[in-house]
Amino acid sequence: MLSYALRRLVTAVPTLFVIITVAFFMMRLAPGGPFDSDRALPPEIEKNINAAYDLDKPLVEQYLIYLGRILKGDFGPSLKIRDFSVGELIASGAPASMELGFSAILLALVIGVSFGTLAALRQNSGTDFSVMSVSMIGIAVPNFVMAPLLSLVLGVYFDLLPTSGWGSGELRYKVLPVVALALPQIAYVARLTRGSMVEVLHSNFVRTARAKGLREQLVVVRHALKGAMMPVVSYLGPATAAVMTGSVVIETIFGVPGIGTYFVNAALNRDYPLVMGVVIVYAVLIMLLNLVVDLLYAVLDPKVRYG
Amino acid sequence: MSNILEVSSLDTRFATPEGEVHAVNDVSFHIEAGESVGVVGESGSGKTQIFLSIMGLLAKNGQATGSVRYRGKEILGLPSRELNKIRGVTLSMIFQDPMTSLNPYLRISKQMTEVLVEHKGAGEAEARRRSIELLDRVGIPSAKDRFDLYPHEFSGGMRQRVMIAMALLCEPDLLIADEPTTALDVTIQAQILDLMADLKRDFNTAIIMITHDLGVVAGLCDRVMVMYAGRVVETGGVRDIFYRPQHPYSLGLLNSTPRLDEAGATQLSTIPGQPPNLQALPTGCAYQERCPYVFEACRSREPALQSFGEGRAKACHLERLEGKRLKEGEPA
Repeated sequence: MLSYALRRLVTAVPTLFVIITVAFFMMRLAPGGPFDSDRALPPEIEKNINAAYDLDKPLVEQYLIYLGRILKGDFGPSLKIRDFSVGELIASGAPASMELGFSAILLALVIGVSFGTLAALRQNSGTDFSVMSVSMIGIAVPNFVMAPLLSLVLGVYFDLLPTSGWGSGELRYKVLPVVALALPQIAYVARLTRGSMVEVLHSNFVRTARAKGLREQLVVVRHALKGAMMPVVSYLGPATAAVMTGSVVIETIFGVPGIGTYFVNAALNRDYPLVMGVVIVYAVLIMLLNLVVDLLYAVLDPKVRYG
Repeated sequence: MSNILEVSSLDTRFATPEGEVHAVNDVSFHIEAGESVGVVGESGSGKTQIFLSIMGLLAKNGQATGSVRYRGKEILGLPSRELNKIRGVTLSMIFQDPMTSLNPYLRISKQMTEVLVEHKGAGEAEARRRSIELLDRVGIPSAKDRFDLYPHEFSGGMRQRVMIAMALLCEPDLLIADEPTTALDVTIQAQILDLMADLKRDFNTAIIMITHDLGVVAGLCDRVMVMYAGRVVETGGVRDIFYRPQHPYSLGLLNSTPRLDEAGATQLSTIPGQPPNLQALPTGCAYQERCPYVFEACRSREPALQSFGEGRAKACHLERLEGKRLKEGEPA
């Protein structure tokens, strides 16, 4: 399993290289530059600034310089947030973003699996239909609609929760962004769990467990749940990716000081190094988490062995 | 001898989108302690559904009515909490497909010990010891070393042995075996049947052997119950059924069994046609379309199961069936 994990890490390097290359040139294809929106600068000063950041060199040369820096672990300076390096900005935004993302995934798993299991155990009942219809809404409504709606109802009308910021990390600040980010995932996980649980509950080995006279609780939790979790575990890969892209929107809407907020602003301001830095962090995270999911698969299913 | 299981007027129906399926139709029988009974019939004859009804394992759209008494106590329709006091304890069941009947995600050790922990309140160590003992008994080589393996690390025959060992953990007085050899190679089938014959003797467990293979019945059973379209059509001692079948369907089944001792038989005879649709049974006898002896009464009245002679009964309008086994091409 360890050698498999190492192999996967090694093969991630070329993937990352492609991502960096594509992102670098796509960013530069967009019209405009980092200093365009400021008031017009005298030509000599603009020339100096461009020279300072190597922006006057041919694009390919800039790309090679950037690659060289990345290899040394240097993400470069932010072009817009003066006196901060991209590394420092990411380090300052990462904790909030991570907490937001992982809480959302965790919430999606706990609530999604519980409701999905409940719906499967009461197949075709009122419970089943309500869980499934509510989750259909959860999947259909995009988070840029759901988030303002939640913040309007819970934050403004009922004044229960703060609608923006992260405070100094109190729970009440986190509720709205985490819930808004988790909702579509809760819905998806619930539907997945219900489907696979229904299938497993009809399987021969569950019938054996019942024939053995085991308590219903043991039949469901010990015998059925593990098998029913397999599709959910495979979905965790795409789910983390969805949560990360979702968090860009959610962080911006709720003013969470995470790297998603930097990402949006940096893209709008053509802050090239910052955009690249965030892209790299997201790419690495998604690849790592997908590896974790695959390893988790081997832990859950004894038939899966990596050598 | 005392009856451990008494089934009377058992009816099992399934609600399906296409209408109600009457899978088990007015079935009555009893099992005595220590005896073994074969339940024979084609796929869809309702033989498995009888026992899933008894065990409370019917699919959700199934409904069983009638009476099932286990040691004098009515158990049909008991909530699973009550049923669990006997399921897997004194009444065990093993299934057709050993490849899918064990949980692929749990170690054999867990799947076995949990039975003893749940039902007998055994400690982990005691449960392990007892489970390994039984695996040894059913012929798993080096059971101790393989105890913590997963089902996929065993062959089909070995898995069926594990299933049998699991079913015997609490020393049941009735073991229901639903086609335990159907999914296995012929050589493995023989081993499993030998094992079951041994266990029947050593544990004095009554066995119900559900099968479509008369060869299996001949080797293991004292009595036979022949099922057709959800009904019992003939019962009797194993020798009676084999040598003097009195229902045309029993005779047809016997004639469809390949034999090595009859020279010159080149082609296996078959029963023509298909079992009837359980949603639209014909008036009269369900076997009429396929029966070579059919006459007017068969098309108008359903024959009731009637006793004749010692421990025998049949559901057929024929006074007497000449018990000869037909050869190929011979007119009935």
